[in-house]
Amino acid sequence: MTDKPHLDREHGQHLYRAMLRIRRFEAKCAELYQAQKIRGFLHLYDGEEAVAVGVMETLEDRDTIVATYRDHGHALARGLPMGALMAEMFGKVEGCARGRGGSMHFFDRARRFVGGNAIVGGGLPLAVGVALAEKERATGGLAACFFGEGAAGEGEFHESMNLAELWDLPVLFVCENNLYAMGVPLELAEAETDISRKAAAYRMPGAAVDGMNPVAVEAAARRAVDSIRSGAGPYFLECRTYRFRPHSMFDAQLYRTREEIDHWKERDPIPRTRKWLEENRMASAEELQAIEAGVDAEIEDAVAFAEKGTWESVEDLERFVLMDEVPQ
Amino acid sequence: MPSLGADMESGKLVRWLVEPGSAVKKGDVIAVVETHKGAFDIDVFLEGVVSELCAKEGEELPVGALLARIAAKGEEVAALAKVAEPAPPPPAPAPPSPPVAPPTAEREAKAPGEAAPAPATVAAVPAAGRRKISPAARRRAKELGIDPETLAGTGIDGSVTFADVELAGAGRGTRETPPAGPAEPKRRAGFDPGQMRQAIAAAMSRSKREIPHYYIGSTIDMAKALGFLEAYNGERPPEQRILPAVLLLKATALALRDMPQFNGFWEDGRFRKADGIHIGWAIALRGGGLIAPAIRDTGDRPLADLMDALRDLVGRARGGGIRGSEMMEPTFTVTSMGDRGAESVFGVIYPPQVAILGFGRVIERPWVVDGKIVARPLVTASLAADHRASDGHGGSLFLAAVDRYLQEPEAL
Amino acid sequence: MNTQTGTPGANRMTYREACRQAIRDALIADPRTFLMGEDVGLYGGCYAVSKGLLQEFGPGRIRDTPLAEAAFVGAGIGAAMAGMRPIVEIMTCNFSLLALDQIMNNAATIPHMSGGQFAVPLVIRMATGGGRQLAAQHSHSLEGWFAHIPGLKVLAPGTVEDARFMLKAALADPNPVLIFEHIVLYNAEGELGPAVTAVDIEKARIRRPGRDVSILTYGNSLPKSLEAAETLAGEGIEAEIVDLRVLRPLDDATIFESVARTRRCVIVDEGWKSGSVSAEIAARLSEHRFFDLDAPIRRVCSREVPVPYAAHMEEAALPQASQVVDAARSLVTGK
Repeated sequence: MTDKPHLDREHGQHLYRAMLRIRRFEAKCAELYQAQKIRGFLHLYDGEEAVAVGVMETLEDRDTIVATYRDHGHALARGLPMGALMAEMFGKVEGCARGRGGSMHFFDRARRFVGGNAIVGGGLPLAVGVALAEKERATGGLAACFFGEGAAGEGEFHESMNLAELWDLPVLFVCENNLYAMGVPLELAEAETDISRKAAAYRMPGAAVDGMNPVAVEAAARRAVDSIRSGAGPYFLECRTYRFRPHSMFDAQLYRTREEIDHWKERDPIPRTRKWLEENRMASAEELQAIEAGVDAEIEDAVAFAEKGTWESVEDLERFVLMDEVPQ
Repeated sequence: MPSLGADMESGKLVRWLVEPGSAVKKGDVIAVVETHKGAFDIDVFLEGVVSELCAKEGEELPVGALLARIAAKGEEVAALAKVAEPAPPPPAPAPPSPPVAPPTAEREAKAPGEAAPAPATVAAVPAAGRRKISPAARRRAKELGIDPETLAGTGIDGSVTFADVELAGAGRGTRETPPAGPAEPKRRAGFDPGQMRQAIAAAMSRSKREIPHYYIGSTIDMAKALGFLEAYNGERPPEQRILPAVLLLKATALALRDMPQFNGFWEDGRFRKADGIHIGWAIALRGGGLIAPAIRDTGDRPLADLMDALRDLVGRARGGGIRGSEMMEPTFTVTSMGDRGAESVFGVIYPPQVAILGFGRVIERPWVVDGKIVARPLVTASLAADHRASDGHGGSLFLAAVDRYLQEPEAL
Repeated sequence: MNTQTGTPGANRMTYREACRQAIRDALIADPRTFLMGEDVGLYGGCYAVSKGLLQEFGPGRIRDTPLAEAAFVGAGIGAAMAGMRPIVEIMTCNFSLLALDQIMNNAATIPHMSGGQFAVPLVIRMATGGGRQLAAQHSHSLEGWFAHIPGLKVLAPGTVEDARFMLKAALADPNPVLIFEHIVLYNAEGELGPAVTAVDIEKARIRRPGRDVSILTYGNSLPKSLEAAETLAGEGIEAEIVDLRVLRPLDDATIFESVARTRRCVIVDEGWKSGSVSAEIAARLSEHRFFDLDAPIRRVCSREVPVPYAAHMEEAALPQASQVVDAARSLVTGK
């Protein structure tokens, strides 16, 4: 990348730590899933950490996040407390959605995290609406919407892209192109496999970036966000990435080869970032060790928090079906 | 299982007094059946030989279930030999008869003569034959202690409705009697005097149990009213003439308009004034019992119209054509002894109404007019009213009002 | 046209005009409110409800959208979650199916699924029903489908008064509220009393009291049922007309009270019978008021066909007053 952001020690270590947090959190989730502490569908983010971490670096508190069902990385990078996420997956009332959403549906009003959406493409219109509200009220905030390349097959994708550009709305569309929509390879699903080109059909600025490189993602996202904040309307950012784990927990991966996975793992952003920090003397062995220990401790605390969490009373089952007031 | 009463649903076969091969003739007692009313001897209506006892001692069976087969004379050997096979046709044209069952069991009873397949030992009451009783009617019947299965239905698909039960509960119910014979078509509103008695008993007991009655009476001079009638009827052909009852009705309705506290219902612990004045007219039925259907808007109708209504009502009451709604509508009841009845009548209020006005027979008696004793046609009007809803003073005013209207018959 | 919409006087207006004044009031009352939908601006609304509003309020408040139901309904949801109070118009309820994902999976679901962190204070208006020979893709009554969904409120104004004031109540509600305006009613006229400046969106309303049979209905079946009640009154049968108004959540109390009193019930619903509002009400009555019933529940609904174009066929497909009369009469008289 030519226009890398200035990387000081602190920022480099921060990126590494943020990705490692996600990676180790996901590993713990897989373990707890097999121990049946976590149930339902569980979609892990391994391999794609650089996307969430890189993009989220460029967002502010006033911005709003619309995520997908593979939302652990987005939530952690946005700063949702890890304990609340773990408790959510345990189904505990201390979870970030009182245990009602589970792994696919993290919410956090205070952090403007409006949900992991499990309908592919379903979050895009929401982001357009949030952006419309921000623009009308001139808050300066934008809506960042994450989705996979599978969403490009949905009408909601095209309708939303068109509407956002038509009305010049502050939306950052982030396509996490991991090449498979569940098990359907991109070339079996799309006539135009260069997803970033789809933006042009809506006269929307767009770019593709190496989604395995957090620095590149951050740089590209910053250009996008700057463009949006300048009033130029929405921006489409395709992050080319890969998920290392199966789609969900019960997936034999018949649709891809071991070799392909290994090939992508060579580009794993976490060891590469670590190596880069070491080679450039931007992190000492002790510092790296401290980061790892800190992450492990945080995960341990999160599990303990979830374990000692409580169950929502069944009497509250119908609570919030209809709201008594609009939360402020 | 014979139906021994309209409200009998089932019976328990206690003991057989015959066995397969026993010869029986009409009138012989062949079994003992116990019902909720006690044990009854079951006699037989035909002559022949018992070929099979289908019911076991101790068995509880619905009405219409097969108890036994009796082979007509001459076929007993075959029947005994092949009880489970279709029986051969009878040699003689003797009509097949029910063994010991009412008409509902006719199909089974025909088995020996019509080569029908042997029926199941216990014939269940078919669902299609089940009486249609609305849920509201069933609940009301339970409250009133009435068996709704025995009531005639006026609702959709012949169903027994809430109103039908209320009617029965008030002692005016039409109960469906089983047809006397297969040839007679099913009648909708035959009256079973016994059942009618029972229903009247229930309603009147409720009235006397719940309603604190008070009674007051007045003697009313009918000279002017009858004089008016004589003149009125004198100018008209017989079919247009009116009866004194019509004047009593109209005068009562007008008095009710003045004194609305007698026109309505005691419900849920308080009096509810009725929207209109619909006087129920008590009609004695030929078979015993009585009903009091409403004459709608009694106070608003001209005399000739009221006469027509009364004639129509009496005709239909005796022919069984009163609609349920007419039974539900009365807001007040008038009972009149007519010209052959007693001199006075103290009625029992039909709940939830709050009063009933009784007129005795009109009799010529000595009466003081302007200080002189003269012969006058007099009638005793007696008010029975619910003391929860009104007091004697109001009752007096009400009777005075009736009197007043009868003294100005041309204004009625 | 009454220009003093904030202070309604006693005046006569059409249902369409009432809808328009309601929107106008809402736009004046709350800067967070805007109207968005297909042809609501330049065209003035497919049924001319929003005619003139673009000129008065400008394109920021009266937003013409592309033909993209999922996107603009979803955008309404997002805007509502982010603090706005949008009114989204879907031209006809048949088109709402293109936005069903947004209405069901997002608007109705997110408040509960987020553990109460987000509300969706959104109003979606749509035209519903048949009777204008618009054939099978513009004539259906799908409100019953939406009434199936927890998290939504579903309204069906059947009077000018409700058309005039339900929107205000809907916008004040923190939940997604769907308003189904019947296409045949747009031309209906009614008198607005000066005293009424608001209506609730909770209770059914007895539009005509009666003691013999309860007729439960809503929308354009309301005037048909009132007509039937008039005919029945001539036969001495007093029908009680209950305007359901709110199809979700149903006002069980009013429905149960009426039916318990008359003991007989006819439900008139322009939706198809199968899985409909009428089916739901009949089921609730049999669950909760079985022992008050004195006759079977009867339903007068649309025939189970796509509503056809030809006038006589359309008429045969939709509920008619004469069917209501027959159903009610049979329950009361047994004939």
